[in-house]
Amino acid sequence: MALLDVKDLNVRFATPEGEIHAVNGVSFALEKGEALGIVGESGSGKSQLSFSILGLLAANGRASGSVKFDGREILNLPEAELNKIRAERIAMVFQDPMTALNPYMRISDQMAEVLMLHKRLSKRDAVAEAAHMLDLVKIPDAKNRVRLFPHEFSGGMRQRVMIAMALLCKPDVLIADEPTTALDVTVQAQIMDLLGELRRELGMATVLITHDLGVVAGFCERAIVMYGGQVMEQSPVDPLFAQPTHPYTRGLLGALPRLDAEVAMTPIRGNPPNMTGAPKGCPFCPRCDFAEEICAQDMPALTQFTEGRARACHRSIETIEEAAA
Amino acid sequence: MIVYILKRLAIAIPTLLTLIIASFVLMHVAPGGPFTAERAVPPEVLANLNAKYGLDQPLWKQIGTYLWNVVAHFDFGPSFTYKDRSVNDIIAQGFPVTLTYGFLSFITAVLVGVSLGVTAAIKRNSWLDYLAVGISIGAQVLPNFVMAPILVLIFTLALHWLPGGGWSFDDPRFWIMPVIALSTSYMASIARITRSSMLETLSSNHIRTARAKGLPKRKIILRHALKPALLPVISYLGPAFVSMITGSVIVDVYFTTGGIGKSFVDSALNRDYAVMMGITILLGTLTILFNLVVDIIYGWIDPKIRY
Repeated sequence: MALLDVKDLNVRFATPEGEIHAVNGVSFALEKGEALGIVGESGSGKSQLSFSILGLLAANGRASGSVKFDGREILNLPEAELNKIRAERIAMVFQDPMTALNPYMRISDQMAEVLMLHKRLSKRDAVAEAAHMLDLVKIPDAKNRVRLFPHEFSGGMRQRVMIAMALLCKPDVLIADEPTTALDVTVQAQIMDLLGELRRELGMATVLITHDLGVVAGFCERAIVMYGGQVMEQSPVDPLFAQPTHPYTRGLLGALPRLDAEVAMTPIRGNPPNMTGAPKGCPFCPRCDFAEEICAQDMPALTQFTEGRARACHRSIETIEEAAA
Repeated sequence: MIVYILKRLAIAIPTLLTLIIASFVLMHVAPGGPFTAERAVPPEVLANLNAKYGLDQPLWKQIGTYLWNVVAHFDFGPSFTYKDRSVNDIIAQGFPVTLTYGFLSFITAVLVGVSLGVTAAIKRNSWLDYLAVGISIGAQVLPNFVMAPILVLIFTLALHWLPGGGWSFDDPRFWIMPVIALSTSYMASIARITRSSMLETLSSNHIRTARAKGLPKRKIILRHALKPALLPVISYLGPAFVSMITGSVIVDVYFTTGGIGKSFVDSALNRDYAVMMGITILLGTLTILFNLVVDIIYGWIDPKIRY
């Protein structure tokens, strides 16, 4: 049984301009200890997907479908029940460490409250454990710096604090929502290395949400490619990069700058879709070089075509590979 | 921190000096004088009066004498209108009354306003929110000169619960209507500011982090949201506190409380230069002081501010 089993998850936001369909019928499973990447460009619904799992959507957001954690349905559980799972069993690292930490509280207080709440530690023990955790994420002089405020840390250090805070209860699942997007490239690499190390050490399953295919290649075993709130392709990482079967995945890979190839990178034409109203047809259709009449009418189902790989596209793999040749 | 406070107090001296000179000059520029009356006073009498109060001296000399008396003797001079009373007496008599109902109004406005605002924000778009917003809009649009007679009508004339006017330090029943009349509009503003700033805070990223930690809602509000949400309220409270504890002429007139609000307006109408200057200096000093207090509270709440 999968540790986290998401089935037909939908996320909608009520806005004055109409209903936003941020996530549409997404299903995936996360095994114990596995690292899964969720890839997509801005507005593909990947962050909202991760928020909905822990019930962290904004007030105008509604999630439907099913999220089973350890065999138990957790989607739309009452707050009091969710609070027992949050941080304790499923923890999150957020995108922007500049704003995700409370600027008015000392790091020690922000970290200690997690342990005092879930582990019933005394304040003194909790702060000691917090300092230990900061040490683990390689913050120098952790014992003293735990007393500082967030603004007294650099961006990379703040993301380390964020990670340490998420790992305090040794969760079974860590959801990292674009953990390196707000950071410098050199710091990005350090943070990803750190995450990889901690993941192996603690044996926790990780969902890495990112728009950066390079990060996925280095960190994840399996990946889901999302577009317009829907899953386009799902595959183990190696074959996904070697033989992408979906026009969107191909477009993403083609848009990467490469050092080893003579070909220039080619951006995907057009703009991300408008998510207002119920989707009709494949959301990628207006930007797709392979689109046919049916693509605008009907969303293809996500279909498994070989062991562990699935794609949602009306056109055959052969058609798409011929074009590449 | 201490150095900062001392620096701010040092800056207060030229500020106050400017305030005194500017109001002194403005007052004398305004037409009429303390002894202008309906029936013309014989010129000899007027000259005598002016000489007695030093009004025949050149303006710079008058200012100099006034400043010397204030600084060296803490003497704000005699009232020009009430022959037997000094400005010190008038303030000493009126200010405790004003301070009492003003301070109570402040406490009421803050407690009710903040609670209403926070409740409205956390129960957004529920009937509680609409009720709180309704109350605060109602309170805001009802001026206190309308509210005061309505209060008297209800609590004095109809129900006979409260005295319709007057003041006693021993009987809280005299305090209630002045406090309601004075605090209502401030309460409404505080509720409005609290609500919008709390809503903004609740949608911020660090609150989502707090939710992801599994903290119960009450703790999220009290420990994580209240401080940042109250920052704009606090900057509003500095000036609001000063205008409340210096009272309101409406309250003083309707409830004959005898506070300095009425003295201030009367002094302006009567060209009672000394009383007007005395109360102006009092207001100025309090304003400077509470702006400093607000800044200190800011530094205490927001760790990024260091003096």
